[in-house]
Amino acid sequence: MSEREIMEYDVIIVGAGPAGLSCAIRLKQEKPDLMVAVIEKSSEIGAHILSGAVIEPEPMDELLPGWRDDPPPICIPVEKDEIWLLSQKGRRRLPTPPQQKNHGNFIVSLGAMCAWLANKAEALEVDIFPGYAAAEVRFTPEGAVGGVIIGDMGVGRDGGQKDTYMQGIEIHAPITILSEGVRGHLSKQLIRKFDLDSDSDPQTYGIGMKELWRVQPGKARPGLVQHTAGWPLDSKTYGGSFIYHLDKDRIAIGFVCGLDYEDPEFVPFEAFQQMKNHPMVHEMLEGGEILSSGARAIVEGGYQSLPKTEMPGALIIGDSAGTLNVPKIKGTHQAMRCGILAADHIAKTSSVEGFDAMLRDSEVVRELYKVRNIRPAFYKGFWRGFIRAAIETITAGKLPTTLSIHPDDSSLEKLAGYAPPDRQWVDRDLPPRDRLASVYFAATAHDEDQPVHLQILEPDICSTRCVEEYNNPCTRFCPAHVYEMVEDGGSRELQINSANCVHCKTCDIKDPYQIINWVTPEGGSGPNYQNM
Amino acid sequence: MKILVGIKRVVDYNVRVRVLPDGSGVDTDGVKMSVNPFDEIALEEALRIKEAGKADEVIVVSAGGDECQQQLRTGLAMGADRAIQVQTSEALQPLSVARVFLKIIEREDPGLVILGKQAIDDDNSQTAQMLAALWDRPQATFASNMDIDGASATVIREVDAGLETIEIDLPAVVSVDLRMNEPRFVKLPDIMKAKRKPLEVISVEDLGVAIDGQISVSQFTPPPQRDKGIMVEDAAQLVQELKNRGLL
Repeated sequence: MSEREIMEYDVIIVGAGPAGLSCAIRLKQEKPDLMVAVIEKSSEIGAHILSGAVIEPEPMDELLPGWRDDPPPICIPVEKDEIWLLSQKGRRRLPTPPQQKNHGNFIVSLGAMCAWLANKAEALEVDIFPGYAAAEVRFTPEGAVGGVIIGDMGVGRDGGQKDTYMQGIEIHAPITILSEGVRGHLSKQLIRKFDLDSDSDPQTYGIGMKELWRVQPGKARPGLVQHTAGWPLDSKTYGGSFIYHLDKDRIAIGFVCGLDYEDPEFVPFEAFQQMKNHPMVHEMLEGGEILSSGARAIVEGGYQSLPKTEMPGALIIGDSAGTLNVPKIKGTHQAMRCGILAADHIAKTSSVEGFDAMLRDSEVVRELYKVRNIRPAFYKGFWRGFIRAAIETITAGKLPTTLSIHPDDSSLEKLAGYAPPDRQWVDRDLPPRDRLASVYFAATAHDEDQPVHLQILEPDICSTRCVEEYNNPCTRFCPAHVYEMVEDGGSRELQINSANCVHCKTCDIKDPYQIINWVTPEGGSGPNYQNM
Repeated sequence: MKILVGIKRVVDYNVRVRVLPDGSGVDTDGVKMSVNPFDEIALEEALRIKEAGKADEVIVVSAGGDECQQQLRTGLAMGADRAIQVQTSEALQPLSVARVFLKIIEREDPGLVILGKQAIDDDNSQTAQMLAALWDRPQATFASNMDIDGASATVIREVDAGLETIEIDLPAVVSVDLRMNEPRFVKLPDIMKAKRKPLEVISVEDLGVAIDGQISVSQFTPPPQRDKGIMVEDAAQLVQELKNRGLL
C-alpha cells in the first residue's frame, strides 16, 4: 500500500448537514482566510438527509440575516397546528402543547435546505466535497484527532482492487468537526475511544420514516402542520406521525417509533403504513402518488445522554452528539446553533478546548434541560407519560428530579412468554405495498461489487441464539429489507442485501446483541433523496 | 493531436423521473443533474489515449446555460486540460449541437472527436452521426474498443449482429458505448486543481450558429399503470384465462 496523498486544511468538517454547514459558513464569516472543507458521503448535498421538517428560524436569522428574501426552494410558513389522538377508525383533537405551537416557523425540505446552505458556503469559499466518505479517523503521533482518511474507492467485494481502484487521501487538519448526524460511525468510534459518554446516560433513538406525496388537487392545505399519537401504536410503544402540508399539492408524511420498543416481532415500517390508512389520512392520500421515501434514525436522549463533545483535536456537534428537542421534534435549529457556537469558539480560541463547557452553558443545552424528563416519562406507557409530560411542560422542567435514559438495545422482550398487544391493524390498500416497494422511492444505489458495509461481528449468533430469543428482529426493524434469513439446505442463514441500505443506522442501534457495525460504503453510495 | 470530448448535462441516472402533471415535460425541479454517463466513458477514453502518449490535449465542450459549467468542472477534475462552454439558453436539439461542435472543430482542429453514443434524457443517438456528416469525416458509432495507429484508428463497434471491426481515417468522430471502459473516480486534490484549469465561455451568437429546432415535442405521457394480476390455481386455469383473453 503506497503512502496516501495528503491535503491540509485548518478545519475539516465531516457531514454536510445543518450543523456542519452552519459551522463552515460561520467560520468563513468570522475568519475568511481560514481553509475550511466539508466532506459528505452522499453523491449530492442533501441526498442522505431527511426530516419532516418544521424549523425554527432564529439560528438562520443569526447566520444568514437576509435569508427570508432568498429562501431555500421549499419553505412554507406554518399556518396551523393540529394534534390528533387516533383510534382505529376515529380521532380526537387534543390541545396543542406549547412545544408544538409553530407560529413563525417554516416547513422545509431539509435536503433542499442543505443544498441551499451549501451554495452559501461555497460562495464564502468553503470547499465542499460530496461523494467522499470519511472512512477512518487520522490520529496524530500524540494520539489526538488530526483529520480523517477518505475511504478507498474501487474496492471489490472480496476486498481486492478493481481496475478503477483509487486510494483515499488523508485530510490533515488541527481541528476536525464531526457532524455526521445521528449515530455517526466516526463519532461512535471516538466516543468509545475517548470515553466521552462515561458521565452520561446511554443514548436513545427513534426510527423516522418519511414519504413525500403528490396528492389530488385541493387535498393539501399549505402550511398545515399535523401530528398524531395513539393508533396504530400501543400504549407501550413511543411514537407518532407527522403530516406537513406543502405547496404544489405535496404532503410530507412520516412516522417515528422509539427504538426502545419491547415487542420483538414489531415492524416499524408497517406501523407507518397503517397510520396512512387511517380514514383521516387515507382521504388525503388516495389518488396521489409517492414522489420519494426514506428513513433515518432520530436521536432522543437529550440532556441526560449528551456525551462530552470535545476531545483532543475534534468536536462532535448536532445530532451526532444528540441535541434534538424531542417534544418539539425539532433538531435543525439546535444543530445550527451548535455549528455556530463551534465556529465562534474556534474563531476566538483557534482550538477545541473549552467548547464542551461553553456548550453546556448555552441556549442549546438550556433548551434540552427544560424538556429532559419528557421522553423518559413515556417509559411508563402513553398515559402516564402524557401526564408527566404535561407537568414538566407546565413547570418548564424546573422540578428537581431527572429521569434516566434507558438503552434501546436491551429493551426487547424475549419471544418466550411475551404476548404482543392487539394493535387493531387493518388491511391496507395505499402504496407502497411493502418495504421493497418503498425502498425503490429512496433511489438508493450501491455498486454491488464492493465490501458489504454492514459488519456482523459475531455471525454465529444470528442462526442460533437470535432465532430462538428474538426471531431475528433485524429482518423486521430495517426499513429497507436489508436483512433476510434464508433457507440454505436445511439451515437458515443471514443474507445481507446491503445494496438496499438507506443509511438510517437503525440496525446499528437496535440489534439486541450489538454485533451489527455500520461502516461507510464507497463514497457516493446510498440514497438519492430529492426534496426530503 | 487534440481530442474534443462532448459533455451533456442530464438528469442523473439514479433519479426516479416523473412526468409533469400537465404532460409538458419531465419534472426537473430540484432534481440531481450529472454528466451523461456515456460522455464520462468518452472522456475516460480520451484521457487514456492521452496517457498512452497518442494525444497531447483533451478539451471538454458543452453547450447550454451556465449550469453546465458544473459538469465541465467534473470533466476537468477527471483530467481534461481545458473546457469550453458554448453559452445559450435555448433548448438544444442534436442538429444544433452538431453545428455548434463543428464550429469548435474549426477553431481547435482536433484529430479526434469522441462523444457518448446517446444522452440518457432524450436517447436520440444522433449528434455524433450528424456531426460526422456536417464535418464530412468518418464516423465510428457504438464503439466498445478503439486503437489509434498514427493517422487511422481501428474501432470495434457493437452492432445488432455482434461486433464489427472497422478502420477509419483520422480526424473522425467516434461515439462510445458502455463496454468501452469504466470511468475513473475523481481524486479530491484533482477537484481543487480543476478550479484553476481554463474554462472558456463563448456565446452561441459569437460562434455564429443559429439554433433553430426542427422538432417540437407535443406531449409527454407516463407509461400506463400496470394492472393488478390474478393468481391462478393450476395450469388448467392458466390456459383458460389465456384463452379468455384471446392469447391462445
